[in-house]
Amino acid sequence: MAQAPVLPRGFELPLEPRLPRIGSVDAVALEERAASLAKRSIKRDSKVFALELAVRMIDLTTLEGQDTPGKVAALASKAIRPDPANADIPSVAAVCVYPNLVPTAVARVQGSGVKVASVATAFPSGQSPLESKLDEVRWVVEQGADEVDMVIDRGAFLSGRYAKVYDEIVRVKEAAGDAHLKVILEVSELGTYDNVRRASLLAMAAGADFIKTSTGKLPGAATLPVTLCMLEAIRDVYEETGRKVGMKPAGGIRQAKQSVQYLVQLHETLGVEWLTPDLYRIGASSLLNDVLMQLRKERTGAYQSGDYFTLD
Amino acid sequence: MARLPVKKTYKLFIGGAFPRSESGRTYEAEGQNVARASRKDARDAVRAARAAFPKWAAMTAYNRGQVLYRTAEMVEARTAEFAELCSGRDEVERSVDRVVWYAGWADKFAQVIGSSNPVAGPYFNFTVPEPTGVVATLAPDEPPLLGLVTRIAPALTGGNAVVVVASETHPLAAIELAEALATSDVPGGVVNILTGHREELAPWLAAHMDVNAIDLAGADGSAPDLERAAADNVKRVVRGRADAQSPWEIAAFVELKTVWHPVGR
Amino acid sequence: MTDLEHTSDSALVPKDWTYAPAPEARDIVTLAERYGHFVGGEWIDAAETYTTISPATEEPLAEVGQATPAEVEQAVTAARAAFDDGWSSVSPSERAKYLFRIARVLQERAREFAVLESLNGGKPIKESRDVDLPLAAAHFFYYAGWADKLEYAFPNQRPRPIGVAGQIIPWNFPLLMLAWKIAPALAAGNTVVLKPAETTPLTALLFCDVLRQAELPPGVVNIVTGDGSTGAAIVTAGGVDKIAFTGSTEVGKAIQRELAGTGKKLTLELGGKAANIIFDDAALDQAVEGIVNGIYFNQGHVCCAGSRLLVQESIYEPVVDKLKRRLATLRVGDPLDKNSDVGAINSKQQLEKIRELVAAGEEEGAEIYQAPCRLPEKGYWFAPTVFTNVAQSYRIAQEEIFGPVLSILTFRTPDEAVEKANNTPYGLSAGVWTEKGSRILWMAERLRAGVVWANTYNRFDPSSPFGGYKESGFGREGGRHGLEPYLQLDESEAFGG
Repeated sequence: MAQAPVLPRGFELPLEPRLPRIGSVDAVALEERAASLAKRSIKRDSKVFALELAVRMIDLTTLEGQDTPGKVAALASKAIRPDPANADIPSVAAVCVYPNLVPTAVARVQGSGVKVASVATAFPSGQSPLESKLDEVRWVVEQGADEVDMVIDRGAFLSGRYAKVYDEIVRVKEAAGDAHLKVILEVSELGTYDNVRRASLLAMAAGADFIKTSTGKLPGAATLPVTLCMLEAIRDVYEETGRKVGMKPAGGIRQAKQSVQYLVQLHETLGVEWLTPDLYRIGASSLLNDVLMQLRKERTGAYQSGDYFTLD
Repeated sequence: MARLPVKKTYKLFIGGAFPRSESGRTYEAEGQNVARASRKDARDAVRAARAAFPKWAAMTAYNRGQVLYRTAEMVEARTAEFAELCSGRDEVERSVDRVVWYAGWADKFAQVIGSSNPVAGPYFNFTVPEPTGVVATLAPDEPPLLGLVTRIAPALTGGNAVVVVASETHPLAAIELAEALATSDVPGGVVNILTGHREELAPWLAAHMDVNAIDLAGADGSAPDLERAAADNVKRVVRGRADAQSPWEIAAFVELKTVWHPVGR
Repeated sequence: MTDLEHTSDSALVPKDWTYAPAPEARDIVTLAERYGHFVGGEWIDAAETYTTISPATEEPLAEVGQATPAEVEQAVTAARAAFDDGWSSVSPSERAKYLFRIARVLQERAREFAVLESLNGGKPIKESRDVDLPLAAAHFFYYAGWADKLEYAFPNQRPRPIGVAGQIIPWNFPLLMLAWKIAPALAAGNTVVLKPAETTPLTALLFCDVLRQAELPPGVVNIVTGDGSTGAAIVTAGGVDKIAFTGSTEVGKAIQRELAGTGKKLTLELGGKAANIIFDDAALDQAVEGIVNGIYFNQGHVCCAGSRLLVQESIYEPVVDKLKRRLATLRVGDPLDKNSDVGAINSKQQLEKIRELVAAGEEEGAEIYQAPCRLPEKGYWFAPTVFTNVAQSYRIAQEEIFGPVLSILTFRTPDEAVEKANNTPYGLSAGVWTEKGSRILWMAERLRAGVVWANTYNRFDPSSPFGGYKESGFGREGGRHGLEPYLQLDESEAFGG
């Protein structure tokens, strides 16, 4: 696999052919393309395929101040066996928790294949000194987290200190060791798609294994257009360097119908190779039950009620 | 034995809902108890209008035109009821036709009022109309329906949100109109209708710092005082007529923005 | 459906994700076995008929009339009677309300019309549902609003209707072209005789039912179906005061010759060979969408299609790479499938023309690329195609193909782009892709085209005037300007004749 290229500071011309140009994103056209892809009508077995894939791609998430070991234990059970009434439904990809809950999560998913992702780096704000953020990362990895979801320093980004943003990601990647790194851009704070693209390319250049839309703590979060913008940046990096970076939209994806739309967008932008939890995750909590209801509806032909699916 | 009809309660129309006056007061008009709005109701109405304005202004002009046309559909459907509350069927039909007339301007008046300006330099220069914002309207007493519609249709066509002080002596047509608006796809808060004592309400609206324009059609003698109060935030003062029909009525409620951009390789 | 295979990461990666068929229900449309002509508010039996088919399957749909000169004369007489006898004295506000009614009925019955449009014409249901129908209704809505405001559109000109308009429309946007013609004509107070294209008569015929529901007075709109000979009869009919034609440049010229010296008003909306110009600072992925939309929307059966891609040489490779990859995701297939992006070619004749020009392209030395796609056995189909290594002089760079075929040329500077873009007898439209505002305006100033799209393509709106320079025709449709061809004004010369 090729090395991630170093991004020249502030310079936008493609100096070498192997560097994706930052360029611009036309918001109107991007949103139109996202809307057009969202109109795909995915039915019957192709729909079941998408829904089952969606389950396998979910990072089942709880990120609350009020999280307890009990809450996380229940979440882990749900993650391993989403539908107690149907053993055919696969496990989700991962559980995603705050650092203090990592030990519980690790213990509970032991042997199931479900990964443990931990947020870190002063999530969700990122407004802390780098050293404390690195300590946090090292600690969660020691506790057994397989994946680290970090936040970029938006304050630094929006004030033009791109080098600081870049350096932090590089250091966090180092501290994460073998754990794979997702970099959260917090797109609703970035203001424009141009900035989303710039932040995406920056994160990938710095070594991100995945780029992620949001912390889920702000309204807005993942949308189809902003995810498309990030997928296009991933595609450019892949075309230029051969390196495959993963994508994770998070926050605001509650309905099964949306998850199918996200997968269609993925399919038609990056192709079948990305249709795997190794390269695409969906950060969600209530989505899982809606997907399970849709799967049961496809099987039985009847619309479902939430009463028949466990909350956790 | 004759059947006892269920009588209507006449309330205010604010933010798409029908509340009573926060003051709990009513007054008698046309033989009915009608809500008597207070300055706080007026304050709430302006707030609702301000909140609804961005969404209304951001709709495409075509969409606004369609919503106004649907308002005409709703009024036409209630012709019999309206006819009893104004001078008759004729006035209702003229009112419907007037709304339709203005609805048809929504996606056109920019082509008549706006322009592309041939400035003497390598610049592209264009002028576009934009709604002024929140308009306070003092509805005329006569004609009760046509006068009201004549005053609010151009403001709405221009993309504004309005707060209306209905005719004090003939408020029922205004409330019936509120009911038609509530079923017409006009977003809540775009039109707000206050019934009550005009002399009590008008000065509060004229002095309100978050109202952008005031239409003095129903002001009669108190106009000079209201105009003076309006100066505090440089409100656009419109001396509306009860039976006018022109794209320049729309122009009274819009701002004109001119944009320059260089032309070069 | 899908197969999974293990990769070295032992993750299950699918080999393929095939979308199941998602057909729009066809039974919303009820077709008669045989249609006559709609004259004077009634159906008259057609003396001669022909069969109209679905180009996607070659299945026959209905028998429709092949109007004879006598039948055309009958329609013109009905239009004249309606004009003299009432329509021109119906008050403008009442005229407006008829048009508003038509707009509303079209909105109510939009799905039915969209299905029929795709069935008879071949375009994807996604387009007829989301573009053709909404725009058609919007056109009626827009022009309804002008009917009683003409004096504001033409101050001091005493705008008055002309009389009877003969209107001949093409097969690429059958119902939308009908709306573009009928709405302004009626708003201005005229009556019309309209002939839909030979291969796409059905939505025009169904439209007559909308007229019935709107209670439009008889004879205000008359619809006769048939081929070019019917069109010729309309052009030469004595009782017609104005001709509006949208179609090929060749036929447009013939009509202009025919009307020379007669004093009849004429507007023409003809062919094009638009340049879609991409600068190196364009928002790339969106520009590629614009290229695709420019030439593959409606199978390229668009007079303003961006059929010549002019790409700045410094960005040539990324653009062409992205474009070729994007082509592979275009879904060509059943027009009634909601997931189809590209539908059927409208007729055997058109398919042969496309094939001929594509063969010429290959012969002349251009390099052809076609996205791999499985085309159905029956029906008329052509895969989205790109030509590189194209010289300005090649037939594929000069002649209108009217199909899903793009020719790519390069340029170095804005001046060169303008020169190449304008180097054609056509002048209907152009596209410019750059993030630099001043350059957009500079290019727009210099492009000899009636419509310039910047950072977008194939956008239409009833308020936005559309029409060409040079051999792409004259007269404008849409906007305030779209009324002018249908009015007598005090001090203006009749446009075009």
